[in-house]
Amino acid sequence: MHPYQIYISGVGGQGIIKTSVIMGEAAMKKNLPVVVGEIHGMSQRGGEVSTQMKIGTSHSPLIEESNADLILAFEPLEALRGVNMVNKDTHVVMNTAPIYPFNISQSEHSYPDSSTILNELQSHAKKVIAMDADEMAKKAGHILSMNMVMLGGAVAVTGFPLDKESIIKSMYDNLPERSIPINLKAFEEGFKFCMENL
Amino acid sequence: MNIKEILTGQEQDKLFLLGNEAAVRGALESGVSVATTYPGTPSSEIGNVLSVLAQDAGMYFEFSINEKVALEVAAAAAASGLRSFTFMKHVGVNVASDSLMSVAYTSVQGGMVILTADDPSMFSSQNEQDNRHYARLANIPLLEASSPQEVKDLMKYAYELSEEFQLPVILRTTTRVSHMRGVVELGPLAESKNKGHFEKDPHRFVPVPVTARIMHKNLVDKMDKIGVLSNNSSLNPIYNNNGNIGIVTSGSAFNYVMDVVEENDLPVNILKVTFSYPFPEKRVYEFLENVERVLVVEEVDPIMEKEIMAVVGKHQLKKTVHGKLDGTLPMIYEYNPDIIIQGLGKMMGVEIAAIKAAKTSFELPKRPPTLCPGCPHRAAYFEVKKAAENLKLNDLIFPTDIGCYTLGIESPYEVADYLLSMGSSIGTSCGFSKATDQTVVSFIGDSTFFHAGIPPLINAVHNKNKFVLVILDNRTTAMTGGQPHPGLPVDGMGLEAPELSIPDIVRASGVEFVEIINPLNVHKSSEIFEKALQFDKVAVVISQYPCMLIKTREEKGKNIILDVQDDKCTKCNTCIMELACPAIYTRDDGKIRIDPLMCRRCNVCVQTCPEKAIRAKRIDKAGEEG
Repeated sequence: MHPYQIYISGVGGQGIIKTSVIMGEAAMKKNLPVVVGEIHGMSQRGGEVSTQMKIGTSHSPLIEESNADLILAFEPLEALRGVNMVNKDTHVVMNTAPIYPFNISQSEHSYPDSSTILNELQSHAKKVIAMDADEMAKKAGHILSMNMVMLGGAVAVTGFPLDKESIIKSMYDNLPERSIPINLKAFEEGFKFCMENL
Repeated sequence: MNIKEILTGQEQDKLFLLGNEAAVRGALESGVSVATTYPGTPSSEIGNVLSVLAQDAGMYFEFSINEKVALEVAAAAAASGLRSFTFMKHVGVNVASDSLMSVAYTSVQGGMVILTADDPSMFSSQNEQDNRHYARLANIPLLEASSPQEVKDLMKYAYELSEEFQLPVILRTTTRVSHMRGVVELGPLAESKNKGHFEKDPHRFVPVPVTARIMHKNLVDKMDKIGVLSNNSSLNPIYNNNGNIGIVTSGSAFNYVMDVVEENDLPVNILKVTFSYPFPEKRVYEFLENVERVLVVEEVDPIMEKEIMAVVGKHQLKKTVHGKLDGTLPMIYEYNPDIIIQGLGKMMGVEIAAIKAAKTSFELPKRPPTLCPGCPHRAAYFEVKKAAENLKLNDLIFPTDIGCYTLGIESPYEVADYLLSMGSSIGTSCGFSKATDQTVVSFIGDSTFFHAGIPPLINAVHNKNKFVLVILDNRTTAMTGGQPHPGLPVDGMGLEAPELSIPDIVRASGVEFVEIINPLNVHKSSEIFEKALQFDKVAVVISQYPCMLIKTREEKGKNIILDVQDDKCTKCNTCIMELACPAIYTRDDGKIRIDPLMCRRCNVCVQTCPEKAIRAKRIDKAGEEG
């Protein structure tokens, strides 16, 4: 089976690793081969973080350039930083809530505005689905459920190899019990938004 | 997954594990009795998981004071007949190396495995040294893992090998294996022994010249025998695709090679070297027979490449060896599939995959990691610089050390001028204070101070140095994820433990100026730094405040936010430019705001705002400010 390749990017502390573990365990329970490459350590102090994931036969989790099937970007600038992974068949699911680099006021390059980011991505990808996942998470009950909004969005994408039920089951296996109602709500919000905007 | 499943999982169960978690399961399936480490990324999660599981598993685990002690505890346990496991990041092996060289001579009774987690491309390290050299330096066996499943399985094999030949075995991972998550099928757990017994044998365990000469001879004889094993090992398989080009590869690089060869259906034979020292020369010779040219794909140094050239030379073979040395592949940094595509394409004279990656039409701002909002280090940096400014000292050197506080390298802090290794802040301060007339202010963390800071501090006092040492005591080993150290009342298994006092150790080292500050108290702290800077011997300031990542877990629902009063704020940008707290930002309309979700209410901005425009404000609930 040709692997389905997911590039997840964002900023340290956004719950990227948890999201990839939920997807990976769901794949494993479906007897699909799956590998994930994570970044730990120094990068977690507010730096950029990317996780790469292949569902289907593969040895390495690292995705060749231009080969991602799905970009799941938790932050708009980090979505754009992953543009080298995008091709004409790639779906991009992106959170539009920016996190400015702490030194942006002294940075040589400014933070691109949201329409520039969207246009750049749109020109290379098949489809960019942009949603304010921070806001949707707050509405669901807690900002920390933002990663589940994104996960819901991913599951809605055409070609995503895992069904909604197995992902939800994996959420139950991997999230604290008391957080499940909010996280499920967040997940459904993301799923619904993507379904309607595909 | 619940982390406890690493212990409770049954044979044939499948878990989705990190390479590091798989190492723990490997230890449990091998009946390891004693495990030791000093935390260091990319090996840290091994210790984090063991600290949770050790008690239930009936084994002993400790966060040792440093890697040398970790290796020594493990060596003594192995000499007493127990299976022991010590693990560390690649540079940690440098610290442990003095004893590592000797344990190769003295040999072990129970199995002993040393896991080194190398860090190609330096995701979280000061260098990318290739620790395969250590197997050669110590002359002990080396295994290299490519995946979480292999990490687990190789742990078990390493113990069998170690016990059969009574030698410690090195298991090498790299960041991409340590932090790779994959499906791992479990094997049965093994019982670990509670206590061993040390059988005295000074001729075996005490390397003095007369015994060491015999020990070295024994070691060489054993390694000759182990060489027969590596040459015939199923761990070094050949994948024959009927090509006249061969690839010899190991570790993470093997994964990239396999993906590229399979994806593009290339007629290339592959030799995977897992049992990589003693180097399987005979296996390589057999592999070379069926190919004309060979590409060596390894991270980081061209070690196998030179070994293979030696095989070619020894047998006068007409084979070409490609790799790092002829520029087919990059000499440094980690590899990835794209690098293999390019290198292999260059060698075969074809373009394997022609896709050009998309690029943005403009440059993107970088996102360097930084100190967390509310981090007490930020305040300490601000105060030291303020104190120096008040005293009109403008030629300062800031030797720094290994930890979160190395992030002080970034603007606007710029308090990291020189760094070599764990503990080097103090040793190099001794050097700078002798070699220059500049003012030296040195930073070290609490865990790093215990690890390697005490001997150089004694050195500093005894040799009459003058500098300020700031011990940033945030009550944890923060950068690696919050492990305990000897200054805390808890040990590696979560049990109560004696808490050692840093101030007492500093005083006992002969330091006459010892002050403790709360760095969140800005003005008082600055005054103390001023006094320290004027002291004419070694002055130690211990900056005590817990890491905000711990603190946040403890305090909940404080109904206070920090608020900028627009009528007082002159937009002087002192908070933005000098504190650079990630929670403080300039809104599109130019007004300065504090993000209530990021803010940890450390109040440092309140104290440092020249216009007193920031105040703490009580709010009713999760009220939001516009």
